[in-house]
Amino acid sequence: MRYLRIAWRRLTAMRTALVLLFLLAVAAVPGSLLPQRPLNPAKTASYIAEHGAWGRFLDRIGMFDVFGAPWFAAIYLLLFVSLVGCLIPRIRVHARALARKPLPAPRNLERLPESGRFETSATPGEYAATARETLGRRWRIVQRAEPSGAVTLSAEKGYSRETGNLIFHVALLAALVLIAVGRLYTYQGQRIVLQGADNGFCNTISQYDTWSPGRFAAEGKVRPAPFCIDELTKFTASYSAEGEPRTFRADVVYRTSVSAKPRTASITVNHPLRLEGDRVYLITHGFAPRLTIRMPDGSVRHDVEPFIPTDPTTFLSEGAFSQPGKDGARQDIGISGLFAPTPVDEGNGKIGSASPQVQDPALSIFVYEGDLSGSGEPHSVYSIDTSKMTRIGTADLHIGQTKRLRDGVSVTFDGWVPWASLQISHDPAQSYLLIAAVAMVVGLLGSLGIRRRRLWVRIAPAGAAEPESPTVVTVGGLARSDSGHFPTEFAGLLERLRGRATPVEPVVSADTIGAGKD
Amino acid sequence: MSGINGSMAHLSDGLFTTAIAVYAGAMVGFTAEYAFGRVGRKLAVAPAPARELVGAGGPSVVEDALPADPPDLPADPAVARASRAERIGWWSVVLCVAGALIHTSSIAVRALAVDAVPWSNMYEFASVAGLVGVLAFLAVLWRLPALRYLGGFVLLPVILMMFLAGTVLYSKAQPLVPALQSYWLAIHVTLVSIAEGALMTSAVLTVLYLVKARHDRKPFGSERLANLAVKLPAAESLDKAAYRVVAFSFPLYTVAIICGAIWAEAAWGRYWGWDPKETWAFIVWVVYACYLHARATAGWKGRAAAWINLTGFGAITFNFLIVNIVVSGLHSYAGLS
Repeated sequence: MRYLRIAWRRLTAMRTALVLLFLLAVAAVPGSLLPQRPLNPAKTASYIAEHGAWGRFLDRIGMFDVFGAPWFAAIYLLLFVSLVGCLIPRIRVHARALARKPLPAPRNLERLPESGRFETSATPGEYAATARETLGRRWRIVQRAEPSGAVTLSAEKGYSRETGNLIFHVALLAALVLIAVGRLYTYQGQRIVLQGADNGFCNTISQYDTWSPGRFAAEGKVRPAPFCIDELTKFTASYSAEGEPRTFRADVVYRTSVSAKPRTASITVNHPLRLEGDRVYLITHGFAPRLTIRMPDGSVRHDVEPFIPTDPTTFLSEGAFSQPGKDGARQDIGISGLFAPTPVDEGNGKIGSASPQVQDPALSIFVYEGDLSGSGEPHSVYSIDTSKMTRIGTADLHIGQTKRLRDGVSVTFDGWVPWASLQISHDPAQSYLLIAAVAMVVGLLGSLGIRRRRLWVRIAPAGAAEPESPTVVTVGGLARSDSGHFPTEFAGLLERLRGRATPVEPVVSADTIGAGKD
Repeated sequence: MSGINGSMAHLSDGLFTTAIAVYAGAMVGFTAEYAFGRVGRKLAVAPAPARELVGAGGPSVVEDALPADPPDLPADPAVARASRAERIGWWSVVLCVAGALIHTSSIAVRALAVDAVPWSNMYEFASVAGLVGVLAFLAVLWRLPALRYLGGFVLLPVILMMFLAGTVLYSKAQPLVPALQSYWLAIHVTLVSIAEGALMTSAVLTVLYLVKARHDRKPFGSERLANLAVKLPAAESLDKAAYRVVAFSFPLYTVAIICGAIWAEAAWGRYWGWDPKETWAFIVWVVYACYLHARATAGWKGRAAAWINLTGFGAITFNFLIVNIVVSGLHSYAGLS
């Protein structure tokens, strides 16, 4: 029990919090320098492959998912506990300080960092009222009488510094909780939508190409909103004369529920479509070539498939078409290809692209015949497994051109349509998180911008020091926390207090001339 | 969809180079004043208690108890030299203002050339951050002319950064790519450049503090270093000024990160994704939070806290140079290829 108490005290000490905070910063560094699996799985895999045992070691200690690693969580959870342990007593102390009256004036005000002294002909009681009025309502003032007959004022200001400090830290805790809650309930789905009718989808898991849910969403505890994106009516990309992208826009028709009336919207890069609870983003775009394929059995198929850009600047894209023939006939047709929006000859028969803008596009294809089922190994939907197929020809086609191959097979490049990749994001906690973030800033401004300061005024009655001396006012000031410009503020206050004091009638006496000097 | 106005972009580049040259002249002047001026001598004799002033809306600065007017000193050659140094100092301020005007017009012309806020790549960001640094210094001078002799220390990093910007980081004027076409660009990047420009000032003050504190503990053996240290304001004032600048910049940096998160939510579908730039912004924020806590913790005040401050600025530099150039991420707008 004793050890527990010691451990608790250690954990909640500022020094520990400081070390944990520093550790948090250091722990985040590898997350930015090593490829991270959640951000880029392919790059992570190739990094591990390249670095052999070292790569596997890093993987085992979670270096490729730093922000999901147990040791990273351990640091911030300890910090969280330390913060809670530090905050609770501070809130209690601050609440008590708010309720307590300002402290009585110290005996000798002139020993304080800031002090001043002047005289007045008013009585202590009269001047005390004047001084309270001069200080105004911004100061918390308590008036006390001393046995000597002097009246003291104790004034305090700047409580909102600690209030701000506490608001900041409580808001920080709230933000961390909200981030965690958001992580549990969030989901993201992506889907490629071809321009034109009959390519829409609704917000259900099965209709997404990729789906990454938070824990509760994965367990089915989150019911996706019932909206549908019915059609990408038009995708527009525009470019500057130099080929730099200028705008990307997806015009869509959507319904907020299956029975709702269809509406239209434009989604651009910085302007998602915001629906109740979900947002729809335009993430990337690409081209989907359209083919007419004559099969070995004489049937004619029309196919359009989205191609994936392999080069983000020129949009040279690759993809595949699969057309199954009769079962067991080994007459499936598979086509893999490259689409070049502005084709250039790279030499040795390879096709390249000069620009993402479409100018007489070309499609370079390899055509295979045989069994599409392949070896059964998993492969990308944008490629075909050719292990049980024979290549029957290659061609570079421009729009309208046809390549004739053996067995009556022919392929015609009919044209292309654009596609857009839409992402659906759901995070019910994020608007609350924004509120917490704003509260953090407000707290921070109070905590760093306001200074706690104390002021005491002692008004000694006439004749207290020596007979016939006037009422003497001493003022002392003390700024807690980083003193800042308190000396300037104090000088101003002193001037105002002195200005409100009724001047002492000049008395023709040698003693008082000496004593009247302040 | 207008393109780029080539001749204006060219004019902007010329103005940028001119501004560097003018700043360099001002820096030489400030350094001359620092070396030969009266101010340092005065301070060296009596390190007066420092006071702190908070400028309206700006970072507060240290006001050393410097005489506004030269006291009556016996006419000796040193005084004549001192007043010449003072004249040089004032001419340096004039040069500095001229440089800032030229610099501002360089940025304004670039804005006209690209028809957008011109801080979408490293060159433009460095240019804006440098201007913020110079303007902050001029604002401080407005309130506290006595600090003029420290101008060289402010201009040196600004000139270095602008030189780097104009050579290694340079990229020609281009229209904004769709991802940057958002009013958040103006808000987020402006806040970041103000906060980071101010934090650079804090780092400069912290270096001066460490030099002065080291000299106070054990005077430098080298006479040259000792001379340099003696003329600096009191260690305590430098430390306090560095702190006040962080106290001003930290909330600003926090707001900048929050604005970045709001923008990321609109552009990328999530408010935070541990993109390398985001990760380093987090690291910078945490390190400066460490600094603020360290200053309130016994045993960490003073030099330990000062080193944390410099670590924070190191992280800012890393985030600007290494993350932009070496690490690839969503924030890859460096304009370098």
